[in-house]
Amino acid sequence: MILERPKSLADVSTHFCPGCSHGIVHRLVSEVMDELQIEGRTVGICPVGCAVTSYNYFTCDMIEAAHGRAPAVATGVKRANPDKVVFTYQGDGDLAAIGTAETVHSATRGENITVIFINNTIYGMTGGQMAPTTLPGQVTQTTPYGRDPRYAGFPVRICEMVSTLSGCAYAERVAVDSPAHVKAAKKAIMKGFRNQLDGMGFSIIEILSTCPTNWGMTPSQAIERVRNEMIPYYPLGVYKDMTDKGGVFGDK
Amino acid sequence: MAEERVLMKGNEALAEAAIRAGCRCYFGYPITPQTEIAAYMSKRMPKIEGGVFLQAESEIAAINMVYGAAASGVRAMTSSSSPGVSLKSEGISYIAGCDLPCVIVNVQRGGPGLGGIQPSQSDYYMATKAGGHGDFHLLVFAPASVQDMADFAVWAFESADKYRMPAMILSDGLLGQMMEPVVFPEISSAQPEKPWAAVGHNNARPHNIINSLYLQPDELEASNIQRFERYEVVKREMASAQTYLTEDAEIIVTGYGATSRIIRSAVNAARKEGIKAGMLRPVTLWPFPEQAYKDTLSTAKVYLDVEMSMGQMVNDVKLAIECKRPVHFFGHTGGIIPTPAEVLAQIKALDEKIRKGDI
Amino acid sequence: MTSEIQLAGFGGQGILFAGKVLAYCGMLDGREVSWLPSYGPEMRGGTCNCSVTLSDEPIGSPTVYNPDILIVMNEPSFVKYINEVKPGGCAFVNTTLVDSVSDRKDIDIYNIPATAMAEENGLTGGANIVMIGMLIKKTGIISMDGIESTIRKMVPPKKAQLIENNMKAIRMGYDFE
Repeated sequence: MILERPKSLADVSTHFCPGCSHGIVHRLVSEVMDELQIEGRTVGICPVGCAVTSYNYFTCDMIEAAHGRAPAVATGVKRANPDKVVFTYQGDGDLAAIGTAETVHSATRGENITVIFINNTIYGMTGGQMAPTTLPGQVTQTTPYGRDPRYAGFPVRICEMVSTLSGCAYAERVAVDSPAHVKAAKKAIMKGFRNQLDGMGFSIIEILSTCPTNWGMTPSQAIERVRNEMIPYYPLGVYKDMTDKGGVFGDK
Repeated sequence: MAEERVLMKGNEALAEAAIRAGCRCYFGYPITPQTEIAAYMSKRMPKIEGGVFLQAESEIAAINMVYGAAASGVRAMTSSSSPGVSLKSEGISYIAGCDLPCVIVNVQRGGPGLGGIQPSQSDYYMATKAGGHGDFHLLVFAPASVQDMADFAVWAFESADKYRMPAMILSDGLLGQMMEPVVFPEISSAQPEKPWAAVGHNNARPHNIINSLYLQPDELEASNIQRFERYEVVKREMASAQTYLTEDAEIIVTGYGATSRIIRSAVNAARKEGIKAGMLRPVTLWPFPEQAYKDTLSTAKVYLDVEMSMGQMVNDVKLAIECKRPVHFFGHTGGIIPTPAEVLAQIKALDEKIRKGDI
Repeated sequence: MTSEIQLAGFGGQGILFAGKVLAYCGMLDGREVSWLPSYGPEMRGGTCNCSVTLSDEPIGSPTVYNPDILIVMNEPSFVKYINEVKPGGCAFVNTTLVDSVSDRKDIDIYNIPATAMAEENGLTGGANIVMIGMLIKKTGIISMDGIESTIRKMVPPKKAQLIENNMKAIRMGYDFE
C-alpha cells in the first residue's frame, strides 16, 4: 500500500472546513507519532480554538485545555510523568494572545515538550476576528477597515520572539502551501518530537496555515495568500536550534 | 507508635500532611498569607521520589498545571490567597467539568480587590457558590486549628479522589500563620486506581479523553445531571459539623474556621454567666451540614452567625433551619478578627431579648 | 489554668522566636498551646508582636487582647500594651529600651535592662531570652528543666554552641534581682 491513514489518526470525519490546513497538519503529527512509535505513551493537549475537538482525531490520550493554557497543562503532565511524550496543538489566538504568558514561560523554563503552532492570522472558531498575527491591512470581522497598526498594534512574530529565550531548544517556521513545504513541515515536526525524546527542551513548530472560510477565499486563493502575503511577513526557516549543542541545558 | 506532637504553622502543617497524603505535584505563585506552603513544598518536594514543586508564572498557569497533573492521575495541589483564587476560578471550572480530583487551598485575606493581607472569611460565596462559571460544586473544608489543617489535607485528597471532584480547603491568614502542636495522621498508602487518566494508553486500551466540551446541548445537560446526581451522594456522605454545648442551648452561635474558636471562647464565657449558649461549627461548607442545624431547633430560640465577612453564610443558616428561628449576624471584615468579648456582648443582648420575651 | 502572653518589640529583637520558645516549652509539658504572630510588611524593622497561650483546655481565640503576662522590649510596645494587661497580671519591661514608667498598681511590673545585660555578656541579640529567664523565675508557668530541654530540641545540632549561650541568657534573667 502506498498511502494509508496513519494509525494515530482516528477514522472519523473532522469538523474542519474545506481547504483548511488543520487536516494536513493533523496527518503530519499522526505520521510522526506512528513513525516514532510513541502513540501509546503520548498525551496531546488541545485548547480552545479550531483545534478544540482534536481529542477526537488523535488516537493518543488527549486533554482539552482552557483557552491559552495548553503549555501550563502540558507542564503539569510532563513534570508529573517525565517519561511520557507531551505535545500541545494551538492556534494563534490561543498561543500568541490569551496564552502568551504560558507560551513564554514554558519556553523559558525549557519544558521538554513539543508545541505545534497553527498560524492562520485569524480567529477561526469564533468566525474570523483579528488575531495577534493578523497582518497589517488585513480585513477581519473586528478590523473591518483593515488592521491599522497605529490603532490595533503590530502582529506578533512568535518564532522570532521565543527563539530569544534560553529554554527554547528549537523554533522553526514552516508552511503547508505546497508539497515541498509539506515535506519540510513534516521534517520539522519530526524534529520537534525527536528533540523531546532526546530531552533537548522546548520545541515549537510554527505552521503558516490557511483559513479560506474566514478569509473569504477559495482554498486555492487561500494557498496563494499564504505564499504571497504571509511568507513575506513571516519568513520560513529555523530560528533556533540547540540540538547540536546538547539541548538547552547543554547536557544531552 | 503514635507520632509526637510538633509545633508548626498551619500553612506548613498543611503542606507536610499533603505530602504524606500522596501529593506529588505542587504548583503555586507567591501571595501573602499562604506563601509558607509554597516555601515548604519547594524544600520537601525535590527530596521525594516523583515530587514536583514548580513556581508558576501566574495563578492561572498554576491551576492549569494542577489540571494537567491531575488529568494524568497524580495527586496535585495548588494554594493561594483570595485574589489569587479569583484568578484560578477558570481552571477550577475546567477541573470540575472534567471530573478531576485535586486540592486547592485558599488562605483567605481581606477583599474585595487587592483588599488586605490580614485574615478574612469573605470568600465563602466564591468557595461555595461561585468558584467559576457553570453548574458545579467544590468540596469545601473549613479547618479551625493547625491539626485540622493537617487532617483536612488528607481528607481533601481522599474525598477528591473518591468523588472525582476538586476539593478546596478554605482557611484564613490566622490559621495559616499560627502555630499549634500537631500530630500527623496515619496515612494508608493505598490510592484508588485511575483508569480514566490521560497518561498514555500503551496501545492497550482505547484513548482516554479528558474534556469538558460538549457541543451537543443534550450531551452537556446529561453530563451535568450525572454530576449533580453524584453531588446528592456527596451531600449525604460528606456533610459534617461540630457542636459544642448545644444540647440545651437556646442561643446557637454559628461560625466556621478560625471564627469558631472565638465563638467557643465566647460560649464558655456565656455559660459562666448562666446563659444557655452553644456553638455549631460547619466543618464542611459544601456540602453544608443542614441536618446538624435542624437538630438544634428543638432547644434553640435564636441563631447568631459570626463571620469575618459581611454575612455571607447567613442565608445558608436560614435555609438550613428553614427560617424557623431568627438568625442574627455579627462580623468584622478587612482583617479585623471579632473578639470573644464582642461575641459575648452579642450573646448577652440576645439572652436579654429572650428573657424579655422579645424572641 | 490558662496563661495568655503577649510579646512585643521591634522586628529583629527575636519577639517571634521568644514566643515560639514559650509555646514549644508548653507543648513539651503536654499542654495546649498556640502561637500567633503579627505578619505583613511591618515585620521588617517595625513593631512586631506575638500572642502565646498556654492552657490545660482547648484554646479558643489564639489572639491575646488582655494578657496575663506581657513582655515588652521597646518603648512603643510599652506604651501600646501596658494598659492592656489584666488586673493581677504582670509585665516584664526591657528598661534598656523603655523609658516610660507606668503608675499601674494592679499589676506586677518587673524591670530588667535585658538588652544591656545581653550585650555586656557577649550575647548580643539574646535579650529576648534573658527576659524569658526572668519570666520563669517570677511566674513559674514553665520550669528551668522544661526550658533547657526546649532549647536543646529547638537548636539544630550543628549550632550546639547556641544551646549554652541561650541557657546562659536564661540564667542571667532568672538570677536578676
